[in-house]
Amino acid sequence: MNKPQAAGMPPSQQRIRERVERGLARRYRAERRFRAYGLMAALSGLLFVAFLFLSIISTGYTAFVQTYVRIDVRFDPELIDPEGNRSEEALRMGDYGGVLKQAIREQFPGVEGRRELRQLYNLVSEIAAFDLRDRVLDDPALVGQTREFWLIASDDIDQLVKGKIDRALAEEQRVVSDLQLGWLDALTRDDRVERRFNRVFFTAGDSREPEQAGVLGAIVGSFLTLLVTLLLSFPIGVAAAVYLEEFAPGNRFTDLIEVNINNLAAVPSIVFGLLGLAVFIQFFGVPRSAPLVGGLVLTLMTLPTIIIASRAAIKAVPPSIREAALGMGASQVQVVAHHVLPLAMPGMLTGAIIGMARALGESAPLLMIGMVAFIADIPASLTDPATVLPVQVFLWADSPERAFLERTSGAIIVLLAFLLVMNAAAVVLRHRFERRW
Amino acid sequence: MQTSTLILVLLVLAAVSYRFGRARSLKVAGGARGARNLHSLPSHYGLLTAIWCALPALVVVIGWQAFDNRIITERIVSTMPAEMRELPPGEMSLVLNDVRNLVAGNTPPDSATPEVTAAAAQWQRLEGLSRMAAAVLALCVAIGGGWFALSRIKPALRARNSVERVVRWALLGCSLIAILTTVGIVLSVLYESLQFFRMVPVTEFIFGTQWSPQLAIRADQVGSSGAFGAVPLFAGTLLISFIAMAIAVPVGLFSAIYLAEYASRGFRAVTKPLLEVLAGIPTVVYGFFAALTVAPLLRSAGEQLGLQVASESALAAGLVMGIMIIPFVSSLADDMITAVPQSLRDGSYGLGATRSETIRKVVLTAALPGIVGGVLLAVSRAIGETMIVVMAAGLSANLTANPLEAVTTVTVQIVTLLVGDQEFDSPKTLAAFALGLVLFIVTLTLNVIALHVVRRYREQYE
Repeated sequence: MNKPQAAGMPPSQQRIRERVERGLARRYRAERRFRAYGLMAALSGLLFVAFLFLSIISTGYTAFVQTYVRIDVRFDPELIDPEGNRSEEALRMGDYGGVLKQAIREQFPGVEGRRELRQLYNLVSEIAAFDLRDRVLDDPALVGQTREFWLIASDDIDQLVKGKIDRALAEEQRVVSDLQLGWLDALTRDDRVERRFNRVFFTAGDSREPEQAGVLGAIVGSFLTLLVTLLLSFPIGVAAAVYLEEFAPGNRFTDLIEVNINNLAAVPSIVFGLLGLAVFIQFFGVPRSAPLVGGLVLTLMTLPTIIIASRAAIKAVPPSIREAALGMGASQVQVVAHHVLPLAMPGMLTGAIIGMARALGESAPLLMIGMVAFIADIPASLTDPATVLPVQVFLWADSPERAFLERTSGAIIVLLAFLLVMNAAAVVLRHRFERRW
Repeated sequence: MQTSTLILVLLVLAAVSYRFGRARSLKVAGGARGARNLHSLPSHYGLLTAIWCALPALVVVIGWQAFDNRIITERIVSTMPAEMRELPPGEMSLVLNDVRNLVAGNTPPDSATPEVTAAAAQWQRLEGLSRMAAAVLALCVAIGGGWFALSRIKPALRARNSVERVVRWALLGCSLIAILTTVGIVLSVLYESLQFFRMVPVTEFIFGTQWSPQLAIRADQVGSSGAFGAVPLFAGTLLISFIAMAIAVPVGLFSAIYLAEYASRGFRAVTKPLLEVLAGIPTVVYGFFAALTVAPLLRSAGEQLGLQVASESALAAGLVMGIMIIPFVSSLADDMITAVPQSLRDGSYGLGATRSETIRKVVLTAALPGIVGGVLLAVSRAIGETMIVVMAAGLSANLTANPLEAVTTVTVQIVTLLVGDQEFDSPKTLAAFALGLVLFIVTLTLNVIALHVVRRYREQYE
């Protein structure tokens, strides 16, 4: 179509046309290249997401199972209750560690020598002795009998069974000795080794021993901290947003408040930790390491998020509703309380959930105010020393034991699951209650 | 009475006075049918009574709470034996700590010295007295306030206006917390920093190239000088931030361009939220990923190439930090690109430009100020990021530009200096606040500039 027309052009235009057409191939190549860069960038972003999740999940999913060993346990009355009065007090004081060792010795009668015996005892975790004690306390009739029990294996054996320790390595290079390997193989042949759901991981607090360590303490700590944060930051944030949107006069002072809120949203979180340390702990004497002070610091951190989200929600309520209410004789406070707030509530709640999700993942400011202490107990009140999930991840990531590696990833999976639920809740809330005016 | 119970009692009293106030207003108006003679709704009279009852009493309780500890401490110190009163402040606070622990039951009573035991007994007596007094005073104020409000209720009383005035002041108070927080940050960080600069000159801190904050426990200890030259920290922070931006800006910008200009609707709908997942992942997870996955990978890759890569290299931390910042850059750039009016693009197409030419020469040029603002915000993010560098970067202050070596950053040093128990007057602890001051000033400046640029840009096309 174009060719004949081109033939009729004056020569100068034709030259331009030729130059343009000569350049076209190059320009189209550049176009394709540019487009490919864009696609590569987007795909590499996706690749990072996939790689991150795969690496966390592949190291972490084994934390949810734990190796157990089946052993015949004889509840020797001599060890448990030498005086024979069977009172709860006496049963509580019994030597269950001895019972455990005896049971393991009887499983492998040929083993002698202190070093060999120590290795043998290391097959099973020390926590198993407490397990035995609890069973006897539940059922005192067990004393004197022999029963078969699934006992929790030690962390090294657990890692070996999960294939995280390479059997092919030379003996000096692995934490499990050849003798232990042999015993474990003998147990496996007898069907005495099994992997089960890791209940301890979800029901225990922190511990120095990986097989006894759990995330419950951190989860409760996170819950208490977020409770304080939510109870303070939601009402204050909504009130501030209402003031700025509905009542504030348009003057310098209001501008100052707005600038402050926007800047606080971008201040590094660690600076809030410094504030918490200097003001809450040093000046007001709030107890260190407690969910209370953690919640206060996170409140100051999440307030800007909640204020900004709440303002957007209030702005989305059409002015006609306010005008109608004012026309009916309602005062400004009544307009806000009876009409604007209920209509803006879903948007505000969405903002609050997103703010809480961010607070749940935050750890840097909490390091400053002492929530990094090793705490084995599960916190029961707002002033008990506690730690939170992300800080627990940080603590475990520093531990040298191999088994803590998978537990760290396991704790991360738990944390990400909570975040996923919260964000999904925010999305659902937005979709269900969003109103288009 | 415990403070929490006292507050609970006050709230119950407020609820009761609400009922009284409501009933009283109806009574003075002459029953339910007379309510139209009232200036405000009966519930407003109730609320007004409740406010009069609870508000002054709560102020009393909170004021008491703020001062009673200090007054008790002073009384305790003044009753101590003379030789204890003349202890230096540091030891004095230790003694007071002992007393407090004994009172709280944290230490067994038989392990304390007789002076401490006596002080603890005195403390308990004074504390009981103070609680008693607070409770009595607060309850009197509450009942008096309620009574006063009840006695004022008349049909002409403008109860609604009074209640709404209180509500407005409360709302204003809540929005003032933002300013208070900023002031609190500035004051606390500045105060401790000034103390630090009294011990270490400002010039040494800002221009010194030696950083080893370990202080001597004994005077003759080796390597105990305690040097506070922060240049290596600034250099390390900049190095890691630079690596992070070198990853995040190209990837974030190009993916934003692709998603905004080229991608099909379906691809965009899937990819955008997936990229934003990166922004929602806690930083501690990135730190773990950097230290446990990326750093060993880089190390073995370096061995293949015959390079020495430190196990806590700046590269690993910077790389992962870059991944973290990608969604930040891409979503801001996306906003800016979509804000460019379609007419500019159409004009460019009309002149025969290809899509990429339009994007490069028209769209990006128009969006440049906004994108620069977004990048500045991302830089301030990278500088203030803590967990990734704490877990993946080193502790030793190397002054180097080699990304394969270990460097340390401002935030890492703040954390290492402050984690654990510290006394508040050693330069080691105070140095953390000085670093925090620098961090706050730098990020604040970046934010103010960036927000200003972004706002100017947005106004341009609205």
